[in-house]
Amino acid sequence: MTTRLLVQGGTLVFEAGPPSRGDVLVEDGRIAAVGEHLDAPPGAHVLDASGCAVGPGLVDLHAHLREPGDEEAETIESGARAAACGGFTAVVAMPNTMPACDSASVVTDVLARARGAACEVAPAGAITLGRRGEALAPMAEMAERGVVLFTDDGAGVQDGDLMRRGLEYAKGLGVTLAQHCEDTSLAAGGVMHEGKWSSTLGLRGQPAIAETAMVARDLGLVELTGARLHFLHLSVPASVRLVAAARERGLPVTCEVAPHHLTFDDSHCASYDPMWKVNPPLRPASMVDELMSLLRDGAFDAVATDHAPHPPEAKDQTFDDAPSGMLGLQHALPATVDALGGADGLDLVALFALLSRRPAAIARLRAGDERRGGHSAHGGDLSVGSDGNLCVVDLDCDHRVTARTLWSKSANSPYLRQRHSVAVRHTILRGTPTKLDGAVVQ
Amino acid sequence: MSDRDSLLGRDLLSAADLSRDGVVEVLEVAEAFAEVSSRSVPKVPTLRGKLVATLFFEESTRTRLSFETAARRLSADVASLSVATSSVKKGESLKDTYRTIEALGADVLVVRHPSSGAPFQFTYWSDLDRATRVINAGDGCHEHPSQALLDAYSVRAAICAQRGVASEGSGASVFDGLRVLIVGDVRHSRVARSEIICYRALGAAVTLCAPGSLLPRDAEDWGVEVADDFEAALKEADVVSLLRLQLERGSGSSVPSLSEFTATHGLTERRAALLQPGAVVTHPGPMARGVEIASSVADAANALVTRQVANGVAVRMAILYLVLGGAPSLLGAASQ
Repeated sequence: MTTRLLVQGGTLVFEAGPPSRGDVLVEDGRIAAVGEHLDAPPGAHVLDASGCAVGPGLVDLHAHLREPGDEEAETIESGARAAACGGFTAVVAMPNTMPACDSASVVTDVLARARGAACEVAPAGAITLGRRGEALAPMAEMAERGVVLFTDDGAGVQDGDLMRRGLEYAKGLGVTLAQHCEDTSLAAGGVMHEGKWSSTLGLRGQPAIAETAMVARDLGLVELTGARLHFLHLSVPASVRLVAAARERGLPVTCEVAPHHLTFDDSHCASYDPMWKVNPPLRPASMVDELMSLLRDGAFDAVATDHAPHPPEAKDQTFDDAPSGMLGLQHALPATVDALGGADGLDLVALFALLSRRPAAIARLRAGDERRGGHSAHGGDLSVGSDGNLCVVDLDCDHRVTARTLWSKSANSPYLRQRHSVAVRHTILRGTPTKLDGAVVQ
Repeated sequence: MSDRDSLLGRDLLSAADLSRDGVVEVLEVAEAFAEVSSRSVPKVPTLRGKLVATLFFEESTRTRLSFETAARRLSADVASLSVATSSVKKGESLKDTYRTIEALGADVLVVRHPSSGAPFQFTYWSDLDRATRVINAGDGCHEHPSQALLDAYSVRAAICAQRGVASEGSGASVFDGLRVLIVGDVRHSRVARSEIICYRALGAAVTLCAPGSLLPRDAEDWGVEVADDFEAALKEADVVSLLRLQLERGSGSSVPSLSEFTATHGLTERRAALLQPGAVVTHPGPMARGVEIASSVADAANALVTRQVANGVAVRMAILYLVLGGAPSLLGAASQ
């Protein structure tokens, strides 16, 4: 039986050119028609998109789904629901699981567990065995199973020579490394940004240079090796400028920013609530402002969530002892809209470029990319034949974030108690709604 | 009147919880309790039936003993709990540890923790409608407000004695324009942070002097001067507050050696001779004689060290009395 879905009356956000009002018909998981006004075929499920922007399903380059190993914090199933609620149709799962995703068998396991989830999951592999930063992980056998991004995220590869060999090896395989930039000798165990607030609060700070120093080193290594490198969660304007300048010179580098680094500054740590502990740490307000201007100037390729669930008992510790990380999948989109200057006069093409099309290209999830992970194409144009992965965003609503509206197994969300005027109304995965009229489909 | 003008019925988490009036209130109440301490039976029934729990997650002798002595002199019951920080590693969350102790029914919880902010977290983890008052007895590198208050008390008493005036009722007058020099490991010192706030609230001018690697980032934002020339700064100071090197918090790697620290920033006999007549020296203890302070300087008449310890009990009696809601005006009756 043919399943049909008509997304009606929204503002269609194409890859290029001005957005325009129109309808999208999805049939059997693919876009079957796009037009100014389409008649609903018999049996079609009509989704109201009035007042909404309609674009490709969002793609997250950076989610910690915690499975296998820390199912108390999150499972692939719960994380995927939170993702669907946030408008995502594909997420890259970080490899800092237990065991680490550093072999084909863990990749296979993650892919098997992700079958039937509310979004597609592309596992990232570890660069080094056990993410210990000592020896390269078997990237070829993981690449064979569809892994295209490799990272030791949670830690940066400290050893410069090992990183160099990793880049050379990855280049030969045609895969991309992604670096968590943190020079641990400079970070010196800091639990927040080093500055006025860390001094006043008596918390150990990590200076901004701990990030920027590794960015500078790795840009040199990219120059040396010619390998592709993606910079994860850049939080310091100086780091972003280095990467943007290198990209300008033609180096094969890309970078992302996390929504919380565009939204919250380090003064939040004054409550000593470990919910605000995240790595890289929240930066001073002046840097947050600079990151927002850099975002508007196109310095970032992607906004990526760094969704990092932790159960309450893990965060009910002192600021020193609590683990780093906060939720992001559900509210990355409203946070990005805010950082771009709000819904009024919003550059919708830029919004979907940052949250869907460019991250999909980096993770090679676009149509035409050679894919071995068994997933559909994401971040495509709204055109006939594209896979039916869509995100419909209500640009004028009143949504209050409460613990009950969270779909993650954990509740460490910095967006709690916020009111959002922008929210995802529908998410469509391969032609089937995973979120419908603001409610996650179970 | 702001909340900060009185400690009555409130938590004491930071020196910033008290304005100039708030600090003066503590100093005045402490004067009354100092008299109690000098009696042959130094005990009053003021807090009879109240339970004061001391919860120390970090080794301490003097602060704990001081608070417990203060509580006993006010006839409070004292529950003394030492919690090995390894209980964190045994799987209990700090929140559960706190709630367990709160459920015992303590009226006041005196907390010391090696991590900055722990006492603040207690105030929003309470599930008993905040019946328990929290006193911060030192959190990580953050604050140690009762130490700053007893330092201010000791300085006021010493300077008033020099001038031949009564300290009781003198308010904050001796602090107007007083020049306080804080020397040493400011970066890791909770005493320094609380002293800076407290002395500034009282009207004093605060200068910091330390090896560059022991100064916190952006310290200028605290409204203090930073002096490079230790000896020139000593000549200007009315109060010199010395700090211990917090070797357990990593100060060791910030200076080449203890002897080099002594050579550049120790209060040696030669440097102590540069002080103006009447200038006083404070140290929160424990002292490392021969490192930040020469033995003879520690034992000199203008070093307040042991008087600080004695005054500490009276100041902590005042703190316990006030946070439990005892009104200063009733003090006359309470101290009978």
